[in-house]
Amino acid sequence: MLEKALQGNKAYWGWIFTLLVAIGIGFGFYVVQLQQGLGVTGLNRDVSWGLYIGQLTYMVGIAASAVMLVLPYYLHNYKAFGKLVIFGEFLAVSAVIVCLLFVVVDLGQPQRLMNVVLHPTPNSVLFWDMVVLNGYLFLNIIIGWAVLHAVKKGVRPASWLKILIYVSIPWAVSIHTVTAFLYAGLPGRYFWHDSLLAASFLTGAFAAGPALLLLILMIVQKVSDLKIPKEAIQTLTKIITYAWAINLFMLLLKIFSAYYSQYPAKMATFDYLFGGVGGEQMMPWMWNFVFLSVVSLVLLVIPSTRNNPITMTIALVMVVFAGWIDKGLSLVIGGFIPNPFKVHTEYWPTIPEFFITVGVYAVGLLILTILYKVALAVQRENAS
Amino acid sequence: MAINRRTFLKAAGLTTLAGVAGHAAMELLAPGALEAARPESVGRFPEELTAKRWAMLIDTKKFTTVQTYQRSIDACHVLHNVPHIPGDQEIKWLWTDSFKHVFPDQQHELVPDAIKNQPFLALCNHCDNPPCVRVCPTKATFKRDDGIVMMDMHRCIGCRYCMAGCPYGARSFNFWDPRPFIANIDPYYPTRMIGVVEKCTFCEDRLARGQIPACVEVSEGAMIFGDLDNQDSEVRRVLRERYSLRRKPSLGTKPHVFYLI
Repeated sequence: MLEKALQGNKAYWGWIFTLLVAIGIGFGFYVVQLQQGLGVTGLNRDVSWGLYIGQLTYMVGIAASAVMLVLPYYLHNYKAFGKLVIFGEFLAVSAVIVCLLFVVVDLGQPQRLMNVVLHPTPNSVLFWDMVVLNGYLFLNIIIGWAVLHAVKKGVRPASWLKILIYVSIPWAVSIHTVTAFLYAGLPGRYFWHDSLLAASFLTGAFAAGPALLLLILMIVQKVSDLKIPKEAIQTLTKIITYAWAINLFMLLLKIFSAYYSQYPAKMATFDYLFGGVGGEQMMPWMWNFVFLSVVSLVLLVIPSTRNNPITMTIALVMVVFAGWIDKGLSLVIGGFIPNPFKVHTEYWPTIPEFFITVGVYAVGLLILTILYKVALAVQRENAS
Repeated sequence: MAINRRTFLKAAGLTTLAGVAGHAAMELLAPGALEAARPESVGRFPEELTAKRWAMLIDTKKFTTVQTYQRSIDACHVLHNVPHIPGDQEIKWLWTDSFKHVFPDQQHELVPDAIKNQPFLALCNHCDNPPCVRVCPTKATFKRDDGIVMMDMHRCIGCRYCMAGCPYGARSFNFWDPRPFIANIDPYYPTRMIGVVEKCTFCEDRLARGQIPACVEVSEGAMIFGDLDNQDSEVRRVLRERYSLRRKPSLGTKPHVFYLI
């Protein structure tokens, strides 16, 4: 079926070429990083994870959000999602590949990557993150590809597929839960040491993921013959609204327990992020996050703005961006500031780091484009 | 017997899976049981110093200025080829910091000036319950039976999870190739490579040759090293007589570096 990705108009090939250029530039900078070391990044002794691991965290959420389509469709037989489920699954595939690539580019010794498999370490959450991420990748590749084959042949999907689909539902929850455990299980990192972290990861993901999917599908709708059912849009935006509201509520819970208790270690990172204590690098981003979160929530809660295509699109963009500031930026960086000595060392990505990040995202977009191209072609053939 | 490709792949896949899962299960049920126990005969010197539980005491009354500490820091860094990299991507095994940074939970407004301005040594605490060992995905960081938390720099993939896990900021990462930053390379200790984590090892290389840690040796009695499990050892005697602090006891990591007050 892959050959269907080789047919396209000028705009399609222009897009593919743009992505290849971005991948090339990113790869060039990665070669520099490989030769000179992670010294070319803005990372340091105190902030030892940064942009790369932040993107891993954010994209795990995007991957997990596919379950917001799979679950209603397969468990509740919600037909309006029928044509969209495959796009959710393929978004998950590319998102997980992006996650794994971000782990690889973050390693100091990437050629030793297989040590994680050769010396399985069940006491390390990173080992389990590797297991669940790869498992979810294969589940979605197999499910997506097999369903598409069935559509192409005009037959019902095989029954063994049903089992995999049911497995994929809790598995989606597990990838973001285990990723949250990477952080939540560390002593002395008070910003992360929080039993709510996995739950707030999931609610943030179930808002930002479907929001990103809807935005991508609206673009796909413009450049192809895909028709997103109106009912599907309405249901998805409601899911986004509830998930986003719960996510922001959980943030307020954290702020309450930190500030009402006046527990210094719990307040320290919030002081830094929102108050600029010890460095103001993150403060403008955080207040943008607050602005985007509140405005998008208002736009989503009011039915007339939620159902108006323009205000809805604005709200979705805001949710995606706010979610990115939250997980892609502030969560990981903030967790390291202040450091164990209560010293504030700041971090900001460098140019190589930025372009490597763009390159990895371009790989994800390339895979997404090819998968979507195949899915659209198969669905079109089937319809005619 | 002919074996076709499909059968071979099936068998190969299953044995790999069984191997990985079996190993993982064993680790879960009996942690450390599969770890290579140190062979009694291979590579051990007869003069090796051994203990059930190594511990270090730092007498903060004898160490009051950076100068008094400097000899120990230099001994450590020179002997272990610790590079001098300027800036926040530096490598540190043994260093000094102020009271409020080393003991952030102990400091208050009325700490006497003498203590407030006094530097304190910081190093890996060789915890009994080390978070860095727990989080390491490749067992590159592991704890020996005698309590020394070790680094296998050939195993380390440079994920830096241990740096996030350590609540004492005791770990450094080789952001750069360390070799150009070493003034005089000591041929008796390996230099490290780019992209791996490193830290203080309680001089396990010296213990194996019957010597106490370098920092202790040059400290003129301001540091004491010994077996905490031995009732008659000097460390136990001094801990009985003097009041001591450990860093961040509330985290439950049980550090084995004690600061005599």
